Formats: sequence, structure tokens, C-alpha cells
Amino acid sequence: MLSDMSTVVTLAVFAPIVGAAIVGGFGRWLGNIPSQAITTGLLFVACALSWFTFIQHTWGGMEDFTVTVLPFINIDTFHSAWSIRIDALSSTMLIVVTTVSSLVHLYSWGYMSEDPSRPRFFAYLSLFTFAMLMLVTAADFMQLFFGWEGVGLASYLLIGFWFQKESASSAAIKAFVVNRVGDFGFALGIMTVYWQFGTINFHELFPMIASHQGQTWEFLGQSFSALDLAAFLLFIGAMGKSAQFFLHTWLPDAMEGPTPVSALIHAATMVTAGVYMVCLLSPLFEYAPVAKMIVAYIGAITAIFAASIGFTQNDIKRVIAYSTCSQLGYMFFAAGVGAYQAAMFHLFTHAFFKALLFLGAGSVIHGMHHEQDMRKMGGLWKYLPITYGVMTIGTIAITGLGIPETQFGFAGFFSKDAIIESAWAAHNTPQGLFAFIMGIAAALLTSFYSWRLIAMTFHGKKHWEHAHDDHHEVIDGHDASEPAHDDHAHDDHHGHGHDHKPHESPWVMLVPIGLLAVGAVFAGVAFAPYFIGGHAHEFWGHAIFTAPTNHIMHEAHEIENMWVKLAPLAVTLIGMALAWYYYIAKPNLPKKLAANDGPIYNFLYHKWYFDEIYQVIFVKSAKILGDFFWKVLDVKIIDNLGPNGAAWTALKSAKNLVKTQTGYVYHYAFAMFLGVVGLLTYVFWLVH
Amino acid sequence: MTIDLVHYLTVSAILFTIGVLGIFLNRRNIIIILMSLELILLSTNINFVAFSSYLHNVQGQIMAMFVLTVAAAEAAVGLAILVTFFRNRGDIAVDDASMMKG
Amino acid sequence: MTVIAIAFYLLALVTLASGLMVITAKNPVHSVLYLILAFFSSAGLFILLGAEFLAMLLVVVYVGAVAVLFLFVVMMLDVDFVKLRQGFANYLPVGLVVGLVLVVELIMISIAVATKGAAAGSQPLVATAAEPNIKMIGHALYSTYIYLFEAAGFVLLVAMVGAIVLTLRTRPNVKRQNIFKQVTRRRKDAVEIVPVKTGEGISE
Repeated sequence: MLSDMSTVVTLAVFAPIVGAAIVGGFGRWLGNIPSQAITTGLLFVACALSWFTFIQHTWGGMEDFTVTVLPFINIDTFHSAWSIRIDALSSTMLIVVTTVSSLVHLYSWGYMSEDPSRPRFFAYLSLFTFAMLMLVTAADFMQLFFGWEGVGLASYLLIGFWFQKESASSAAIKAFVVNRVGDFGFALGIMTVYWQFGTINFHELFPMIASHQGQTWEFLGQSFSALDLAAFLLFIGAMGKSAQFFLHTWLPDAMEGPTPVSALIHAATMVTAGVYMVCLLSPLFEYAPVAKMIVAYIGAITAIFAASIGFTQNDIKRVIAYSTCSQLGYMFFAAGVGAYQAAMFHLFTHAFFKALLFLGAGSVIHGMHHEQDMRKMGGLWKYLPITYGVMTIGTIAITGLGIPETQFGFAGFFSKDAIIESAWAAHNTPQGLFAFIMGIAAALLTSFYSWRLIAMTFHGKKHWEHAHDDHHEVIDGHDASEPAHDDHAHDDHHGHGHDHKPHESPWVMLVPIGLLAVGAVFAGVAFAPYFIGGHAHEFWGHAIFTAPTNHIMHEAHEIENMWVKLAPLAVTLIGMALAWYYYIAKPNLPKKLAANDGPIYNFLYHKWYFDEIYQVIFVKSAKILGDFFWKVLDVKIIDNLGPNGAAWTALKSAKNLVKTQTGYVYHYAFAMFLGVVGLLTYVFWLVH
Repeated sequence: MTIDLVHYLTVSAILFTIGVLGIFLNRRNIIIILMSLELILLSTNINFVAFSSYLHNVQGQIMAMFVLTVAAAEAAVGLAILVTFFRNRGDIAVDDASMMKG
Repeated sequence: MTVIAIAFYLLALVTLASGLMVITAKNPVHSVLYLILAFFSSAGLFILLGAEFLAMLLVVVYVGAVAVLFLFVVMMLDVDFVKLRQGFANYLPVGLVVGLVLVVELIMISIAVATKGAAAGSQPLVATAAEPNIKMIGHALYSTYIYLFEAAGFVLLVAMVGAIVLTLRTRPNVKRQNIFKQVTRRRKDAVEIVPVKTGEGISE
């Protein structure tokens, strides 16, 4: 049985890279349809195998196991192997990653149908999936890091997929560089772990942690807890990958990539790698209270911060991107207060509804012929009914509408409320209380901007039609004044204009969205017992470790205060009402407020001026430093002292020495004479 | 007074210096250089012979003979060069002989 | 004793004075003549030291051959005396100073060597009738130094060849006999039989 399962999981993990290799290498020769078919087909195979694994693990009584595929590094005491670790965490992530990835592959058939480089796109998607699978099935830090870097690479390639567009390639570089900062912390964390424990294999590492609890590390006269240090450094990596506060600047710009990319990478999988890592390293974090506190604070700040920006943005994808950022903040502060199970559950449900929202937004964009500004949309519910339906489902899911104390609710209801309740359960700690307040506030804002998105996009005045009426008038005006003016262009305009009515997406795009919608509705109620409910303990097994003093999940269930349970729902409804007021009842009000250009609006619209601050602090200073090293140190000092200087000195001294060669024999004779006299004098002094 | 080795050596030293000075103090013509060379060789000959005499060893004189031979040969060749030089340039002024200037 | 001393001082003075005149005479012919005088007086010094053979050698070779050669060249080169340049005075101070230093050092070394060295307090060797100077030289030259003697011969040969090679000019328009060509001439190169018709000549 086990050997069969080993084969199953190996196939599941490696199927995507086979697809990526074939299509990446031979895509141009194979052609578009075969390339797409190969990659998508293999992904569905991987998806089926992953579900099989998950079912076996959850209900089939399969034990946790690790398959060693190949040895990697064996130096002295540093050992690492390519392996596939199957336990509750990794099997959950397996189904999340492969499901969303295979649906995104299918969706891309329709969304990228007019793109000239489809084989490359699909190859990159499969490459990304493989790297992510390597990450989640890692049994030691090396493979985790490999997967970490691999998804970073794939993210760079995919964000910059339309690399001819300068903003896209800049965004790709920005994503990679900011990620790198996080990765630096991550690498330091891995080194700290190895240094303190002598191993990087999780299986060996976790039992050792409890005994190293009090270990400290001296640095610059200060004494730090080794475990806190390691956990904090590792968390920096998570901050970069999951776009948390301080290292979040890349996520909005990552929207330059095609929408399927945003759905896959920046909603469901890559950005959740950070959360996954923190939950995976729960044994470490449980014994690193300071690091845990930092995680909670950062998570809570991110939740409110991203939500506050999200509600001023006008680009449909950016709103959803900030929403992702905010939801990730929720997951982190859940982990920070010790409710890892709730964090993973929210990760699971969030994957479904966020991917749904992104793909739905992609459907809107596709239907609007690549228009992304929400101010130019409106009244689309008639034209894109299915999209409207699923987007609404997704929004209900994310805002967490449901009836407390019952099983009625969409996915987000279960998971988000679980997180907020866990935060309340930790309210005796400052970070817990802070997280709770921020969680409630962010829920309000989440509801507001999510419904705002729906209202602006699907309801209200059809701003796109307006633009075309203007368009038509302009053309008629041209007609009157300049009859001979560009009949050719005129026809083009007309042709284009009439086609501009938004249309529903093809079935190949709607099927994935529909499936995700099903997940968004039912995933919460179906899986809650396993993730956070009664069966949680058996489900998670050894995958998530909680310290003996950590009773958060238990306490979260035991909350007596009704107002704590009702508060999230209440703020959600308030947010909904506000959105309706501002965008349906009085749609001109937001425009007026925006036009006022008040300081708060500007602060939020410009993303708390983070990009500007970072530009001044880091980018400018890095450039100045780089310029200094280049122009002064390298050119002036090293080059001038080194090659150029040596050459110049040789030349100069040769020119001066040449002056002694006068050509006159008697000069030479005189020199010889002086030499003789000198020699004699020397001998003289020696003798005396 | 007894004429000692020192006297001969002194004569030799002074003659040597005169010869050396002659090489680079002259601005007139190249033949002076060649003649100064002869003076130098003569002074070393006196030195050799003086030592040979006072050390009761004939080796010094043999050496002086060889010096003589070589000096004669060198004078011949040197003068041949001078003649060629003159044929090429028209005069033998030392100041003009700076074609090997660096 | 005193005769020797007087002779020495006289000869030494003449040698040095004529050496000085060699380098300071305006007329190069005068310089050569002063050189000859220097050679003669140092030959006298050699006789005082008991090296008669060498003294005679000096006169015959140096004066008879080398100095005469100098004279030939000086007269052949047709130097214009008027064009003699000044410039002597520029280097004079430096040269004199350095020269003085050199002389002083050499003399001091000489004194050191002479008083403390192997030759301290010895008398000049004067040849006896039993072993004349030339016999001594012959004994040494043809036994210990035979190879050097032969080498010296080669040196002279090379110098002679070199001097001739450097200076030999052939006049272009002078007819000469080339014995080699004469001897190696073949009949077939020299004579050509041409059939000639009666009454006609040969055209070139």
C-alpha cells in the first residue's frame, strides 16, 4: 500500500514539471493546442492523484509518510534529500494547489486565447505548480527553500509574461527583489536553525526543539533567545512571500501579469506559502513567544492596512489584490495567537473564493475587452449574468455571511469567524486584543470594498456605454467638419465601437469559475469539522504542533459572549449597507469625495505612500551606493591605481627615464665614471 | 729617497683619471676619446708592471702584454669605425653624434 | 739611489704632463704627438721597473703602430680646426671635482695596498744576467699562458679583418682584375660561333 502511495504522490508532484519541460522545450514545435492540452491534462492527473491522497489520508486511515526520491546534499553533518512528505498539512496544500492550478490551466484556454505565446504561458504555469508542490511536500529546509525560490522565479516569469510592456517587466523585477529581501531573512533563519540544532530535516528537528527552549545567543553584547531569532528570521521570509506589511509593495504591481496568474499565484498558492511555512513550523513558533507576538502584530496590521487601501482603489484587480493581502494578514495573526488550524482553514477556503474572485474579475475584464478600471464599468449584470452570479457568491464568501451557531454559511463565514474568535480567546494578551480589534475593523472594510466592487462593476450606470456615446459623437463631429478625413480609420472605429458591448465568457472559462463557486459555498461547511472542529485533532495529527499551554482552539469554541460571535456578522452587514449607500443610492458621492483630494483619501489612495518612502530610503540610497562603488571606487580608485594607474605610471616613468638617453657618448661615459667612483667609495667605506 | 710601489701606483692613478676626464670633458672630436682610452690602458699597464716588479712575479708583465695586444686591436677597429663615421657625416664633432638619442 | 729617484720623478712628470696635453691640445695632431711622448716616458718607467722587454714592446707597438695609425687617421680626416667648439668649460667644475675624488680614493687605496699588502717593503726586481727579463717572460708565456697567447693572435687577426671590412671601398669606375673570374672562365661562356653570310656583318 505504501509503495503504491509513494508512486501516487511522486507522480502527483512530478506530473506538472514533465508538462512544463515538454511544452517549455518543444512548445513552438508542438503548437498551441497540443501544448495546452499536455500541460492541462497532466495537471488534472496531478489533481486527481492529490485528491486521492487527501481522501486516503483523511478518511482512509493512511499514515503520514515520507518518500525519499533522490539524495541531494551530504556534507559532513549537513544532510538534505529530495523527498515528498505526506501529512495533513501537505495533503491539504496538495489539493489546494493542484485544484486551483488545474482550473486555472483550463480557464487560461479561454482567457489567453488571443495571446501569441501560449505554450510559454502554460509551461510557466506548470513550472510554478511544480515548484509549489515541491515546497509543500518538503521534508527539510533545503527543499522548502528550493520550492520557495522556484515559486519566486515562476512568479517573476509570469508577472513579466508580457515583458514587452515596461510596467510589466518592472513589476516582475520589483516582485523578485522584494521577495529577495524576505528570502535573505529566510536563509538566515535556516542557517540559524542549522547552527543551533545541527539539522535541517523537520522530522529530526521538531523533537529537539522543546529541549533547546532556553538557549540564547550572544550578539553585540545582547543576549537573544535562539529560537525566537530563528523563528523571526524565518518569518521575515514569510513576510516577503506573503506580502505582509513592510514587504507588501510588490503585490499590487504584480497585477500586471495576466489574470489567471493573479488567481493562481497571488491568491491561492504562492502567497499562502508563508502561512503554510509558519503552520508547518508550529513546533518552533510555539517555543518562540516573541516571534509569535511579532507574527500576530504584523498580521493584524497588514489586515487593516491592506483593507484601508483596498477601498480607495479603482482597478478591479488591485482591489482584489489588497483583499488578498488583508486576508493573509488574518491568517498570520491567527497563527500568531496560536490558532494554526484556523489559519490553515482560512487558507483553504480563501484559496477557493479568492481564485474565484480573480477568475471572475478576469471574466469581466475579458468581456470588457481588457478594461480594468471600475469607474468605466457598471450595469454589467445583464450582460455577464453568470459571472455576476459567481462573483456575488465569492463576495458573500469573503465577507463571511452566515448565521452564527448554525451550519448555514458560506466558506468565509466559518474560517474568518474562527480566526476572529481565536483572537478574542487570546484577548488577555496585548497582541490578541489588538488582533481582535483589527480583525473586526478589517472585516468592516472588507465587506465595504468587496460590495463596492460588485456595485461599481455590475450595478449602476453603464459608464462604458457613455464613453461610446461620446465616442460616436466625436466621430460624427469629425464627419461634419472633415468629410475626407480618414474614412479608413473611421470604419475601424465603428467596427471596434460596435463590438465593445461586453459579452459573457466562453464555457471553458465559466466551468472553472463554477467549480470554484461550488467550493466557495460548501468548502466551509464541509471541511470545518476536520480543520477546526471536532475531528481536528485526528485530522491534523502531528502536522501541527501546539504547546501544552496552547488551548486557543479549544477556548475559541467555548466563547460565551454572544456579542463576540455576532460582531463579525454585524460589521459585515454594516459594510454592505454602506457600500449600497455610497455606490448604488448615491453614486456621485464617492466621485465628489475623491475629487476633494483630501489628505486621508490621498494617503490611502497612494498606498500609505509606501512606494514613495521605499523609493527614497532604499532605491535612491542603493542607487547612490551603487554609483559610488562604481564611479568612485571602481573607476577612480581601483582602475586608476590598478590597470590604468599602472599603465600611466609605467608610461610616465619611461618617458622620464628616456631623457637620460641623450645619444652623446660622453654623457654615457660620465655616467659610467660616476658609477666607478661610487663603487670605489662604497668599497672604501666598507673597508674602513 | 726610495722609490716605492706607492709612487708608481700614484702615477698610474693620476694618469687614469686624466684619461677618464679626457673622455667626457672633450667637446672637440672623437679621436680625443680614442686617445684618452689609450691613456687609460697605459695607466693600467704601468700598474700591472709595477706590481709585477715589486711582487717578483712575471705574471703582471704577461698581463700587460696582453693588454697591449688588445689595445692595439681595439685602436685599429676604433679608428676604422671613426673613418666610416666621418665618411657618413662629414666631420667628427662629438656634439653631433647623438643619433642614438632615446 | 738618487739617480733612480730623479729619473723616476722626471719620467713620471713628463708622462703626466703629456697626458694632460693630450686632452687639452687644440690641434689633434699635437694631441697625437703628446700621446707619443707619454708612451715614451712610460717606457722609461718600465725600464726603471726592470721590464725591458715590455718597454721595448711599448715603443714598437704603441708608438710605432698605434700612434702612427692615429696620426694617419687624423691627417686623413681633414678636420677643420676652426670649427672646434667650446663647451669644455661647462663640465669642467663637476668633472674636476669628481676626478679629484677618484684620484684621492685611488691613491689612498694604493697606499693601503702598498704598505699592508704583499708587496710591502720590497725592492723592485731587476733582471740579472742569469735570468734576463725576456727569458722570464718567455718561460711564462709559452707554458702557462700558451692558450691565451694563441687567443691573442686570433684577436689581432679579427681586428685586422674587421678594420679592413669596415673601411675598404672600391671605386666604382676603376677597372680591376678579378683573378677568380679569369681563372674560372669557360670557353663556352667566352666564345660564340656565329655563322656569317658572305658579304654581311653580324647584327648585335
